Amino acid sequence: MIFHRLKVGFHRLGSPPTFHKLCRILSPWLWAGFVACTAIGLYQALYVVPPDYQQGDSFRILYIHVPAAWQAMAGYVIMAILAAIALVWRIRTVEIMTMAAAPVGAAFTALCLATGSLWGKPMWGTWWAWDARLTSMLVLLFIYLGIMGLYAAFEDRRKGARVACILVLVGLVNIPLIHFSVEWWTTLHQGSTINLFGESKMHPSMLPPLIWMAIAVKLMFGGALLDRSRNDLVDQDRRKRWIRDVIGEEA
Amino acid sequence: MRILLEAKQATFSRAGEAVFRPVDLGLSGGEALVVRGANGSGKTTLLRLLAGILRPASGEVTRHAPVAFLGHHAAVKGDLSCRENLEFKRRFSASASGLSDSRALARVGLAGLGLRPARSLSAGQKRRLGLACLLVAPTAVWLLDEPYASLDDEGCALVDELLSEHVGRDGAAVLSTHQRQPRIGDGRHRTLHIEGRERLE
Amino acid sequence: MTVARMTALLRRDLRLALRHGGESLMPLIFLFSVIILVPLGVGPGPNLLASIAPGMIWVAALLASLLALEQLFRPDLEDGTLEQWWVGGTAPPGALVVTRLFSHWLVTGVPVILFAPLAAQMLYLPSDALPTLMLSLLIGTPVLSLVGGLASALTLGTNRGSVLLSILVFPMVVPVLIFATGAVTAAAEGFSARAHLGLLTALLILAVTLAPLATTAALRLNIE
Repeated sequence: MIFHRLKVGFHRLGSPPTFHKLCRILSPWLWAGFVACTAIGLYQALYVVPPDYQQGDSFRILYIHVPAAWQAMAGYVIMAILAAIALVWRIRTVEIMTMAAAPVGAAFTALCLATGSLWGKPMWGTWWAWDARLTSMLVLLFIYLGIMGLYAAFEDRRKGARVACILVLVGLVNIPLIHFSVEWWTTLHQGSTINLFGESKMHPSMLPPLIWMAIAVKLMFGGALLDRSRNDLVDQDRRKRWIRDVIGEEA
Repeated sequence: MRILLEAKQATFSRAGEAVFRPVDLGLSGGEALVVRGANGSGKTTLLRLLAGILRPASGEVTRHAPVAFLGHHAAVKGDLSCRENLEFKRRFSASASGLSDSRALARVGLAGLGLRPARSLSAGQKRRLGLACLLVAPTAVWLLDEPYASLDDEGCALVDELLSEHVGRDGAAVLSTHQRQPRIGDGRHRTLHIEGRERLE
Repeated sequence: MTVARMTALLRRDLRLALRHGGESLMPLIFLFSVIILVPLGVGPGPNLLASIAPGMIWVAALLASLLALEQLFRPDLEDGTLEQWWVGGTAPPGALVVTRLFSHWLVTGVPVILFAPLAAQMLYLPSDALPTLMLSLLIGTPVLSLVGGLASALTLGTNRGSVLLSILVFPMVVPVLIFATGAVTAAAEGFSARAHLGLLTALLILAVTLAPLATTAALRLNIE
C-alpha cells in the first residue's frame, strides 16, 4: 500500500508540470538555507577559529576547499543515482536532472582544484603538485566535462541525455579505479608525494565551521540542481501547452 | 495461415513525441502490406520498428519468423565486391537455402558485375544489390523501405516480380512507398495509411 | 547462428582492414613517429630514454589506438550495416560488438605488441623488462580497444566526435596506463611486476564484462 503510493508519487514527479511546481517551491528554501549556513560558517571560519600555528591564516581556504571536494564527489554519486533511475524507468524529468547535475558538480570540482592550487602556493611553493587527491580531482573534472560535452553534442536532447546517462554510470565504475590507481601511482613515486594535511589532526575548534560550510554547499548544490533542471525543462518544452498554462499563471 | 508479424498499438516517440498514431497490424504468409503516407509521416520509422531496430515507445511488436530489412541504404560495403557482399550476407544469416551469388546477381540484373566493388555501382544498381541480398539469404518476412526509390522502370518491375514470387511462396512483405502503386501478384495486398501525429501547437 | 554471425563479421572486418592497408598501418606509423620524435626532443642520453621508455611506449600505444576509433562504428552507421545487427532481434548485438572490438584490437593492438621490442631497443629499455612490456601490452591493449569502443559508441550520434572522443577516453585509460607502465618500470628496476600485471588483468576482466554491455546500449540509443 505504502509502496504503491510511493510509486504513484514517484510517477507524478515525472510529470513536467508537477516537477516544475515542486522545483519552484523547493528551490528558494534551499537557497535561503545556503545563505544562512554560509553566513554562520564563514563567520566562524574567519573570526572564531584561531590562526594555525604553522600556516597562519592561509589554512582558512580549507573551509571552501574541503566542502567543495566533498560535494564534487557526492555530486557525482547523486548524478549516478539519478542516471540509473533515468535509464531504468525512462523518466524524462530525471534525465534532465542528471544532466543538470553535471555542470554543478564540475563547478565544485573546478573550485576544489582552484582553491587547492591557491593553497598549494604558500604551502608547497608551487601551484600544482601531482598529489593523489589533486590528480584524481583533475581526472574527475574531465569526466564531468566529458558528460557535459556529450550531452551538448546531440541535437536530440532526449537522446543526448540518455547516452550521457550511460557515460555517468561508466564513470561511476571508473572513478574508484582511478582513485585507487592514482594512490598506487603516487606511493610508487615516493619523491613527489606531499601530504596536504600532514599528520596533524584537526583541532576540535576548527570543526564546526567546516560542518556548516559542508551543509551550505549541499544546500547550494540542491538549489542549483533544481533551478537548472527547471530551466532546461522550460527551454525544452517551451512550445508545449503546459508551459503556457504555467507562465500564464505566473504573469 | 500462421501470423508472421504483428503489432499491437505500437508507436515510437522521438524527443518525447509520438511519431505516428499507434498501429495495429497482423501479417501472415502470402500477404503483402503497403504502407502509404506523406513525407515525414513515419513510414521509415514504422518499418524500422517492425524490423526490431527501434523499440516501441508503447504497444508491442512481435516477430514470429526471421525478418529481413532493406532500408534507404542498401547495407552493403563499398570497398567489397558485389560477390563479397553477398557472401557476407549469406554467412551472416547462416543460410544455405538461398540462390547462389551469380544467380542472385543475374536475377536482379547485375550479371557480370560480381567482381566490381560495390562503391562503383550507381544508386539504382546498389538498390539492386540490396535486393540480391534478400535472395541469397531468404527470410519469411521482408521489410522494404521505399524499394522503388532510384530504380528505373525495369527495376521497379523487378521489385514487383520479386515481391510477387516471395508472396507466392507464402512469404510476407511490408513495403513503404509514396509514389508508385505496387503491382504484387494478383493484387493481393493491403494498404495501411499512416498519419504522422501533428506536433502539439 | 551467433557464432556464424560473429565469424562472418570478423572475416569481413579483417578483409576490409586489409583492403585499407595504408590506414591499418597508421597506428604503427604513429607509434614510431612518437618513438623517433621524443629522443629528438629530449636528447639521446641512454639513461633518460631508458627511464621514460615504458611511459613513452605506452602513451604512444594509447594514442595510436585512438586513431582508428572514429571509424570504428561510423562507416557502418552511414551505410546501414550497423542497424542490420538489430534486425529481427535474433543475433545478440553484444556478441557482434565484441567481435568488432576484437577485430579493432587485431588491427591496432597486435601490430603495436609485435613491434614493441623494436621500440624498446630504440629507447634503451633494459632487456630484462622486455617480456613484461610485451605482457603488459598483451593484457592492456585489449582494454584500450574495449574502452575506446565504448567512447566511440557514445559519440556516434554526434556530428563531431573526435575531440569529444579523446576527452571521454582519457579518464577511462588512466588506471591502465598507471598499472602497465608501473609493471614495466618495476621490471626495469629489477623488481617483480606481478602485482601490477595482476591489477592490469583485473582491469581487463572488468572491461571485458562491462564495456560491451555499455557499448551495446550506447549503439542502440544512437541508431534510434
